[in-house]
Amino acid sequence: MSEIIHTGKASPEQVSYANMLFYGCWGGLGLMAVTYLLYVFGIITPHIPLNQIPLMWSEPVGTYLELGKVPTGWGWSVLILKGDFLNFLGIVLLAGMTIVCYIPLIPVFLKRKEFVFAGLALAEILVLLFAASGIVGGGAH
Amino acid sequence: MTMNRKHVLAGSACIALMGVLLFAALAWASNAGTEAVAQVGSDMVKAGAQLGADTGVAWWVWPLVLLFFCFVLGIIAVLAGVGGGVLYVPLVSGFFPFHLDFVRGAGLMVALAGALAAGPGLLKRNFASLRLALPVALIASSCAIVGAFLGMALPTQVVQLFLGITIMGIAILLLCSKNSAHPVVTKADALGIALGMNGAYNDPATGELVQWKTHRTLPGLLMFIVIGVMAGMFGLGAGWANVPVLNLMMGAPLKVAVGTSKFLLSITDTSAAWVYLNKGCVIPLMAIPSIIGLMLGSFVGVRLLAKAKPTFIRYMVIGVLLFAGGKALLKGLGI
Repeated sequence: MSEIIHTGKASPEQVSYANMLFYGCWGGLGLMAVTYLLYVFGIITPHIPLNQIPLMWSEPVGTYLELGKVPTGWGWSVLILKGDFLNFLGIVLLAGMTIVCYIPLIPVFLKRKEFVFAGLALAEILVLLFAASGIVGGGAH
Repeated sequence: MTMNRKHVLAGSACIALMGVLLFAALAWASNAGTEAVAQVGSDMVKAGAQLGADTGVAWWVWPLVLLFFCFVLGIIAVLAGVGGGVLYVPLVSGFFPFHLDFVRGAGLMVALAGALAAGPGLLKRNFASLRLALPVALIASSCAIVGAFLGMALPTQVVQLFLGITIMGIAILLLCSKNSAHPVVTKADALGIALGMNGAYNDPATGELVQWKTHRTLPGLLMFIVIGVMAGMFGLGAGWANVPVLNLMMGAPLKVAVGTSKFLLSITDTSAAWVYLNKGCVIPLMAIPSIIGLMLGSFVGVRLLAKAKPTFIRYMVIGVLLFAGGKALLKGLGI
């Protein structure tokens, strides 16, 4: 591993990470705001009628899933054209940003022969992909 | 950079407008599923009897209240120097009609959004360190998944009880902890050196280059196991725990500890948020106004920071946390 000299400035990979995060985060928030307005103003028909949501949000998630016929895991993607699940686009963009930002770190660390950091970055991507996969996400009390 | 950001914002506004037009067209075309919606609605009416009487409050009232509540919360969180998540979960679960499952899902999204928004600035100024965050994040994010599953598997009352105890503990920690601006680290330990946990930043207050390294790396990393589990279980942001561990235990300078902690949340909360998302615990109708309200409040809070009295607000927040924690505790005990 080559010796790192700390100058107080952020490393190039850190700056790249920051830039990707900036555009992705604000893009996700903007998208979220747009889809929410489309949803609450009834421009796009929701899967669950708006006036029915308050009957369920004080109940456990299992009741909500059963009565609302809401799919778990990535099952919401088949309902993407419904007003409520359209909002998941922005939510998923935010939740996925970290995975996207981590990927370019691996070749950078490998090039500098910082194998420990490359391994950490790869392991983190795998952990986040596992969480995102929904493999173990089904069911609720 | 400022001009670039203005261009980005202008571009985003154009994209948003195009998005509205596009989705309006989709809406006009989207006649499919109206029968399914009617079916769901019909099922709801039948289920309504078993769910309890309709309170008569229009569906938009609570999301609107949540938007303004989170706006105020965002201001207070910045002024008090605490994360939005640690205030959101106990207060919303205590005073709003939402079930804890959905409050935790929304709470993680709120904390995540805040961390993602703050991350770029902190990374560029080197107050957040990738070298410090990467090993810690792996442990915390893995354990957050475990915590999320534990939190979903345990009965709500038990989680409510633990949440109450944790919130009160956080309040006491905030009251008693004395952070160190520049901890003395005489020698970095072998694990810290192997993991490359060292760096430097330019302190804007003094203009000097501050070199830093860590010690007590193994105990610190082990603490992040506990932090990750709690973050996932309760839907909290965990910044309240990250900073003391990074600063007081591992010896990172306070600015690096705070910056890295905020950045760390974007990774830790991502893993837990996915679990709650996949389990259906994120209801957009309440989650999105929470996120947007808190983000807007944070912007205002940053601008008010110069004029406000942070110490008074911090003590006020500690008081509120003690009250909210007590309320959660009583809920958990069934009182």
